[in-house]
Amino acid sequence: MKLRFTPIMALLGYLFLYGPIISLVVYSFNKSKLVTVWGGWSTKWYAELFANQQIMDAAKLSLKIAVVSASVATVLGTMMAMVLVRFKRVRGKGLMGGMVTGPLVMPDVIIGLSLLLLFVAMQSLIGWPAGRGLTTILIAHITFNMAYVAVVVQSRLSDMDDSIEEAALDLGASPARVFFDITLPMITPALVSGWLLAFTLSLDDLVISSFVSGPGATTLPMVIFSKVRLGVSPDINALASLIVLAVSIGIIVSALLMRQKPK
Amino acid sequence: MRLGRRFVIAVPTLWLLLFFMVPFLVVLKISLAEPRIAIPPYSPLWEWVNGSLKFNINLENYSYMWEDSLYLNAYLSSIKIAAIATLLTLLAGYPMAYYIARSPEPRRSILLLLVVLPFWTSFLLRVYAWIGILKTNGILNAVLLWAGIIDEPLVIMQTDVAVYIGIVYTYLPFLILPLYANLVKLDDTLLEASRDLGASRMSSFFRITLPLSMPGIIAGSMLVFIPVLGEYVIPALLGGPDTLMIGKVLWNEYFSNRDWPVASAVAIVMLVIMMIPIMILRRAQARGAEI
Repeated sequence: MKLRFTPIMALLGYLFLYGPIISLVVYSFNKSKLVTVWGGWSTKWYAELFANQQIMDAAKLSLKIAVVSASVATVLGTMMAMVLVRFKRVRGKGLMGGMVTGPLVMPDVIIGLSLLLLFVAMQSLIGWPAGRGLTTILIAHITFNMAYVAVVVQSRLSDMDDSIEEAALDLGASPARVFFDITLPMITPALVSGWLLAFTLSLDDLVISSFVSGPGATTLPMVIFSKVRLGVSPDINALASLIVLAVSIGIIVSALLMRQKPK
Repeated sequence: MRLGRRFVIAVPTLWLLLFFMVPFLVVLKISLAEPRIAIPPYSPLWEWVNGSLKFNINLENYSYMWEDSLYLNAYLSSIKIAAIATLLTLLAGYPMAYYIARSPEPRRSILLLLVVLPFWTSFLLRVYAWIGILKTNGILNAVLLWAGIIDEPLVIMQTDVAVYIGIVYTYLPFLILPLYANLVKLDDTLLEASRDLGASRMSSFFRITLPLSMPGIIAGSMLVFIPVLGEYVIPALLGGPDTLMIGKVLWNEYFSNRDWPVASAVAIVMLVIMMIPIMILRRAQARGAEI
């Protein structure tokens, strides 16, 4: 049998994608602190992780920011997508489309710096936002998240047949009623994936949060970053394994839900 | 109902104008200011002096960047690292995208899902995973020493090689997805025709598949190249002190030197440089949509 090039490369590619994640999980159960020494199975790093008050507080803050920013971003992003795809005769649509994809390609360091400088300028002009912390991180996360949600919803809307919506409009339904009774149920899957994407990105953001955060608002990635800069630390491996576990459960649940839905 | 329509248009537009567009003007303004030891640490660009408006436009931050070779080198080095990393990602990603696109349907969705899955776990933690693998007494060296392939541990951590590995690893899905979307639309009859006419597999690939997948290649490459230009986390965690990238310079200018005007000037020049690949991306996406 002849060995083919592409399947082998693809297999190596998948090994490359999953090897590091597997190594994180395996070493989270290592009794020894050293990566190369296998000291036997142990769950002590998990106990240490949950006993670390700094990590737990940061995790709570990050979850709070992720839920709020993903939810607001889903509303704003959906509005933007509706305007871009469904609204007719809107002035400056091209500019709006450009603004929406902007945050997707802009490097984090630039978004972070520019928002921070805006917040500082606003504070000296109008006194709001007073100082930096939770509010400024939320505004920053909503801004980049709404771009991602808008792109996800936009692609769903443009794939969707708008004849049902037009029929409803012709039969005299108000635009708001058409949106809530027809469009919204049809784009719900896109809203869910947009929300999940926004939630994940918010939970993961280090650079932008570091710029716009202030004393007292330390997010989980900021704690992780300051810890891993000094090298490998096994309680972070334990944290990573828990995240991998949560993501896997999420994927399995959504796959099961998809299967149940009649076609 | 006109009111409702205006509301739906105005709210997200105003939000993006205020928190995405205006900040760039603020950055531009501060890049023309002088650093000061005050709160905020820069001079005002205009002020009222005896009833008349006086402008203080200061181009020194830009001339300072031009004179100090650190900045020029950092831009060039970022472009070099981003270009090499994009090429490496393409070499790793093309066969994967091709393989997935050629797979039969039920398997195709699973293979694609497997590419996207790692993206849902933390980016920071996936970069961190490589520290344990690449460091001198890490997993890779342990395996290679045990297998007898090397006699001394390789020094990979804190070099550019580690940065390349980190970039390829984290940005691979960004390249595979648009490339897959392009390759999956490839018309099989073209390949069959060329095979029937006696072309070898290789020559069919280079003369049909590769040219037709060009929009996908360009879109995917730009989606890697553009964010990598400004990357901070990967060079900070995996690179060494010699790894010069402009994202790191900007970060240090702000967090260590506290020089806001120079940090702003660095950002403005970075934006100007990035306009070129962003335009290439736009054109490739427009072309990809036509096919």
